[in-house]
Amino acid sequence: MKIFTLIPVLFVGALLLYAAKDFPEWGSPSGPASDSPVSSHFIANTGVDTEVPNMVTAVLADYRGFDTMFETVVVFIAGMAVIAILKNSGRKKPVRREYEVDAEPDLIVTNTVRLLIPVIQIFAFYVLAHGHVSPGGGFQGGVLMGASFILVALSWDLETALARFPMQWTTIVAGLGIVLYAGIGIFSMFLGGEFLDYAELAKVFPVSREMARYHAMLGVEIGVGLTVTAIMFSLYANLSSEGRLQRGL
Amino acid sequence: MLEEGNIINELLIERLNYFIYVVLLLIGLYGMIAKKNLIKKLIGMSIFQTAIILFYVSVAVKEGSTIPIYLPEHDPHGHTGDIKESNITDAIHAGPSVLKSELVKDYSNPLPHVLMLTAIVVGVGTLGLALALCLRIYQGYGTIEEDELLAKMESREIRSKSLSVQIPKEKSEISNRRKPPSKKGKPQPTSKSKSVSKKKSVSTSKSENQVSVKSSRSQKNKKAVKKVVGSKVSNKGNKS
Repeated sequence: MKIFTLIPVLFVGALLLYAAKDFPEWGSPSGPASDSPVSSHFIANTGVDTEVPNMVTAVLADYRGFDTMFETVVVFIAGMAVIAILKNSGRKKPVRREYEVDAEPDLIVTNTVRLLIPVIQIFAFYVLAHGHVSPGGGFQGGVLMGASFILVALSWDLETALARFPMQWTTIVAGLGIVLYAGIGIFSMFLGGEFLDYAELAKVFPVSREMARYHAMLGVEIGVGLTVTAIMFSLYANLSSEGRLQRGL
Repeated sequence: MLEEGNIINELLIERLNYFIYVVLLLIGLYGMIAKKNLIKKLIGMSIFQTAIILFYVSVAVKEGSTIPIYLPEHDPHGHTGDIKESNITDAIHAGPSVLKSELVKDYSNPLPHVLMLTAIVVGVGTLGLALALCLRIYQGYGTIEEDELLAKMESREIRSKSLSVQIPKEKSEISNRRKPPSKKGKPQPTSKSKSVSKKKSVSTSKSENQVSVKSSRSQKNKKAVKKVVGSKVSNKGNKS
């Protein structure tokens, strides 16, 4: 039976390898991916348009802002769907598994994590806030921030982590991130531009049009970071406890 | 074996990145199709995603280029106060200008990185959703093996038929076996959709009242069972 599945798989592989002959060579600067007018435009004009040195952030949050907004919405919807699927499902009282033991959180682990968490969170803020001038941005900072809460849940237990970041908050924070993102877009629309046309914010704030785009990108990245933080933690909390939000792993 | 123009040379030396991405993609595809376990299917899906990400990132490589972040001397708005070298400051005081076309080559393409950045995060979201669905399936059926799952679903359908609770699709054949609809004989398998709709209408009109009564009754029973189970569990917990 499995041999039959090999036939389409190998067929697809042969097609892809045949197509790979026409792809540009490794690292070739003249390949269509590296030499296209789009990427050349981004590389040449990002600095003039936006004052953001990091082109990846500029393309992500400004040129392709609409795309990124709905990527964030996809993450939000995934988190909400996981809550909806797992809420009130299965047994209310957790059945004791054989390998489960009642044990205090380990002393060495908890004390190490106590030292690590602030560093992780500060680094998350750094990655988020410096996403314009160095590698980083909202997604990366958000994932780091969510990981710090997951680390609390792993080293103590899920209740301890949920006491610091309750499940209702995750929903609110995730929604707030999207509202912040869309709000900046709509605000720039009210100021006479198009949706997510950040340069119009210069009419309100005492900065140049390029600097307005810089700061609006920071706001947008913060919105993305909020949503990703909340959804990462909510995904972990729901999946590890089968939606019961008790005990966990 | 490795001389110019050889197909192996072409694939393994000059285009190794494409070869690796195709192999990874095929592993993922095979896992998704051939494996019976739903979690293994998800692992296949993840490998597939990784292959695509690898493809995009490897296409974005440009020889002799740096990461797509402006070097201080290329940044049109860069903070020039710190830089003391005279020739650089002269160039920058001319005002912000578009990067020269020969300098564009020095930076790799930002676009694939942007696309993959969002794809990774969305991949995590979809993977979490898929795992949640797997959990729910395991809670409902006690297994995540595909063939066992199908068998259990079928047996459950037969049971629900005999209780005359709801008739979802695909059950027409089983229900036909149980109670032939009329004296016309067995319905043809070709007219599946027709028989389904007929069955539905007949059964719903027949047992509308029964369904409501029985479902409420079964719910009560379930509650009672749950209570019993719960008390047992709590007893066990106390003992241990």
